[in-house]
Amino acid sequence: MAQRDTGGGQQRTGRRDDETAEAEVEESGASDLKERHEKLSEDVDSLLDEIDDVLEENAEEFVKGYVQKGGQ
Amino acid sequence: MGTETEYGVSVPGQPNTNQMLASSLVVNSYANRAATGGSRARWDFEEESPLRDARGFELPREPVVDPGAPANEDDLGLANVILTNGARFYVDHAHPEFSTPEVTNPRDIVLWDKAGERVMAEAARRALTVPGTMPVHLYKNNTDNKGVSYGCHENYLMARATPFGEIVRHLTPFFVSRQVICGAGRVGIGVDGRESGFQISQRSDFFEVEVGLETTLKRPIINTRDEPHADPEKYRRLHVIIGDANMSEIATYLKVGMTSLVLAMIEEGWLQVDLSVDAPVATLRAISHDPSLRYLLTLRDGRKMTAVQLQMEYFEQARKFVEDRLGTDVDPQTADVLSRWESVLGRLEVDPMTCSRELDWVAKLSILEGYRSRDALAWDSPRLQLVDLQYHDVRPEKGLYNRLVARGRFDLLLSEEEVTRAMTEPPEDTRAYFRGRCLELYPQQVAAASWDSVIFDIGRDSLQRVPTLEPLRGTKAHVGELLARCPTAADLVDALSGN
Repeated sequence: MAQRDTGGGQQRTGRRDDETAEAEVEESGASDLKERHEKLSEDVDSLLDEIDDVLEENAEEFVKGYVQKGGQ
Repeated sequence: MGTETEYGVSVPGQPNTNQMLASSLVVNSYANRAATGGSRARWDFEEESPLRDARGFELPREPVVDPGAPANEDDLGLANVILTNGARFYVDHAHPEFSTPEVTNPRDIVLWDKAGERVMAEAARRALTVPGTMPVHLYKNNTDNKGVSYGCHENYLMARATPFGEIVRHLTPFFVSRQVICGAGRVGIGVDGRESGFQISQRSDFFEVEVGLETTLKRPIINTRDEPHADPEKYRRLHVIIGDANMSEIATYLKVGMTSLVLAMIEEGWLQVDLSVDAPVATLRAISHDPSLRYLLTLRDGRKMTAVQLQMEYFEQARKFVEDRLGTDVDPQTADVLSRWESVLGRLEVDPMTCSRELDWVAKLSILEGYRSRDALAWDSPRLQLVDLQYHDVRPEKGLYNRLVARGRFDLLLSEEEVTRAMTEPPEDTRAYFRGRCLELYPQQVAAASWDSVIFDIGRDSLQRVPTLEPLRGTKAHVGELLARCPTAADLVDALSGN
């Protein structure tokens, strides 16, 4: 099934949900954007931890060794 | 319509690997296992003339300037097979390439294009089981960042009567700007990535001219190859070489959906506005080099606007066109393409990062910016280049796009079940159905096949060639019943020839 925006909700703790709820009451408009950015960067942090685990070792040698012959 | 995608191929730790052999190994590993009967249909080149030009002349075939190429490619037995889903899986220019079966709509492109990724991943996995082979990595990207680019081409069947000049006039500004939606993102500026920085498109720096026939040198924004693989009196095949290979389903969907709508408007002579841009090649690159999307391009009439605003002009035309031609009878997919196109443009205008669940370049940039701020990395950091490359790794456990999907961070159009099905089953509404089903039902008797024919060897004096020149015939509705009552290929040939 197509996945819809879950807003990263599963990763949040209950305490954070409360804070978000309070914050939402006070904020609106442009601050929504700011909040979305903050949420995005939180998500990115946990994502980076996972990517660290799957990235190929020795980045410099790996990208240097990636050489292709011609193509269309 | 259909796409053909060349994948990057590498054997880590073995920089001197013969990439044609590695590509062949991958294709053969898949093909040998796929052909259960032990027979493999070869590709039939009879109808192909890739040097034919839409402007009406043929180019002399240039000698191949590649010292690494063997004198005769046949010596290597370069792999070239047809799959039961109607696709072609082969080696082209030292890359494994997957050409989707012909389909009728953007969502089906996404489906068989994604099935192609899974075929590649499975092929590399099977190649590993060949004793003595090193792991082969495959990347659905478009450059090695060292001066080489390889393509993801789109093909659209158009009415022959459409004047080519109109195609060039209206399509060039569209292609120059559509990268803000369907760019795949790239770390490095310039063909060899010498300058550091991030740009929107993998391919933009590799385009040098506005119109032309070439695909490997002096790449043109509008390619004039004219090889319809169908009745040339009725059709032309518009060969689009400027797109990036997308991992995102929605990016592929919009790329093909928006382009189809623009082509429909050109075919019907609907577009009265002239959105021609000044210096299209330089503009293409300037747009790609500015992920803030603030760059102001200049139209020939003097107006200045951003690439997003130029796309909005095309969107508005398409919206009016669909309203005028279809009104409330608009099909759900066309309506969906329009609504997503508008939504993405609106958000790109305000804050591109809000498109990180839909667009490749935005998703990639958000990971890269994450690394830059967490680890204080400069744009020339090898780690950032690795993130760029590995985003496109086809392996589910290693590919960063695939990791994003696994974490629910990308919006999808398809279920994994239907993608798995599309690895072996053809679309039902084009001639690919006939081709694919013949391969499935009569693997021993199909001697060769191509886009416009299936050739049977049924033990008679001569091979029996069934032409499939009309792309919308040979569908399930046309031949489903016929195939069901023909237990052998001989029965089928007899039935088709009226015996």
